[in-house]
Amino acid sequence: MSAEYWVVVEHWKGQVSQITYEALALGREVADQLGASLCAVLLGHNARELAATLGKADSVVYADDPLLSEVVAETYAEALVQLLKERKPKGIIFPLTNITLGAGTLLGARLNLPVVNFCTDIQFANEAVEARCVLYGGKIESRVAAEGEPIIFGLWPGARPAEKGLSDRRPPIEEFAVNLPAPAIHLKKFIEPEAGDVDITQQEILVAVGRGIQSQENLHLAETLAKQLRGAVCASRPVIDQGWLPLSRQVGKSGATVKPKLYLALGISGAPEHTEGMKASALIVAVNTDRSAPIFNIAQYGIVADVLEVLPALSEAIESRKGVSSHA
Amino acid sequence: MNIVVVLRMVPDVVEELEIAPDGKSLDLEFGRMVLSESDDHALEQALLIKERMGGTVTAVALEAPEVDEVLFSALAKGADRTLKITGPKEGVTTREAAHIIAQVIASEPGLRGADLVLTGTQAINDLDGLMAPLLSQELSLPFLGIVTGLLPDFATRIASATKEYPRGVRAEFEVALPAVFGIQAAEKPPRYVPVAKVRAVMKSQKIDCVPSAGMEEPGLSLLQVLEITKPEPSAHSEILEGSVQQAACALCGILAERGLL
Repeated sequence: MSAEYWVVVEHWKGQVSQITYEALALGREVADQLGASLCAVLLGHNARELAATLGKADSVVYADDPLLSEVVAETYAEALVQLLKERKPKGIIFPLTNITLGAGTLLGARLNLPVVNFCTDIQFANEAVEARCVLYGGKIESRVAAEGEPIIFGLWPGARPAEKGLSDRRPPIEEFAVNLPAPAIHLKKFIEPEAGDVDITQQEILVAVGRGIQSQENLHLAETLAKQLRGAVCASRPVIDQGWLPLSRQVGKSGATVKPKLYLALGISGAPEHTEGMKASALIVAVNTDRSAPIFNIAQYGIVADVLEVLPALSEAIESRKGVSSHA
Repeated sequence: MNIVVVLRMVPDVVEELEIAPDGKSLDLEFGRMVLSESDDHALEQALLIKERMGGTVTAVALEAPEVDEVLFSALAKGADRTLKITGPKEGVTTREAAHIIAQVIASEPGLRGADLVLTGTQAINDLDGLMAPLLSQELSLPFLGIVTGLLPDFATRIASATKEYPRGVRAEFEVALPAVFGIQAAEKPPRYVPVAKVRAVMKSQKIDCVPSAGMEEPGLSLLQVLEITKPEPSAHSEILEGSVQQAACALCGILAERGLL
């Protein structure tokens, strides 16, 4: 059997996650460089039809079990442990999102395999594999080598465009029987988010606030600006965790994915968890006191200053401009 | 109900990070270490459970700069005991740290047999694994991560846990106890504790210590960091210079040109 690279397929509520296609795009490059075959590993229950969307892989290994109907890290890891007793891939690309987070670490710990988290790229140097990773909220990049195979790459969103992982080709499917123990964790129910007063995914202009807004009392500055721009206020995780805005206003990994015409990121550092949800915005403007904040790496325009000074200044500038326009 | 909370110190990314001369690690001499954000939420969740249902909260941390302040702060917030594991090697990885901490939890009186082990879902430097699943593997306990709500039932030995999914969706899980939970966010924001109260606790209470000697396992990480660098600023990001007012006016002009005003 030729060498294999695996992509663990993340799917949820009957749909393959975007990051799976990103992983397939990266996995395809790596497998081609290695002369290896790319195998998509699909774990689930009554999920076989999803394999048809995984044509970027040379083949799909599908394990069906009622215990795999929802992602429980322990169960996923156990299924992969069983599969790894029969096949020996050189690497396993594992999405690192809210859905599957923890399963890759568990798999590595159970089989004493190297785990490389926050991975954004896999490259070869002197015939050795090197992972490129982002650490410290996106402020540091690292090159990492691993000892042992297979290496488990915890893939960070955005490594490749998802479109590159799509293919019309229907891959062959190989079924794999698993024998899973009863888990100690059971899904009881999903809780859908309450409809918020504003659907931020439908807004053309978003004024997003982060930790730099400092307190709930300062939110009115952002509300004023949003009103002037005929947009809405949204936020990064720290603001939501503080209870200053409802969950329906959260952008990022756990919140909404938005694509407005203008995304004004105010006092937001730009951690990957946040940028995952807004990087496709048409125009991104960032305001932050830290010139090295990662948000400036994706913003088209930036202001290095305190958001509490910029907000009133911008509101005033807009009012002045509108005043001039109305008198012209 | 005994609750163990694992706390970790991480570099404060609000400050400028400096790379050490070896090019493979951070120079922490001038930086500040802070409690990992989701660990702060794990502590808060533990304290909320204790307030609602009783029990004890023990905060455990590896020795690190500023960790004493964090542990005294945990006592001031309501933790019953703090335990500092002294003498870990410099640059200990998450996998190595989990191995040490799990041994302490498994052997230390008062921690052994803990009903709940809580820690943050993810730290900003969890390069070779995440703490919660690693602890669960070391302790042979169930694990659930991305948790934003936790309600244990001591009688049935079952916890109801809320896990976060994308797009604001959450799910309710039942978890047999004892178990390890990776906390994403506590049900309430981490409480504030006045400095005066922390200082008072420093005088009246102590941090227990246990050495890490004999518990470390070299080479557990299986990773070798070859180089770390700061990301190159994006070429297309244009910084609007000048005073705040000048920058605001310039931005206003850009928005107007694009029909966004």
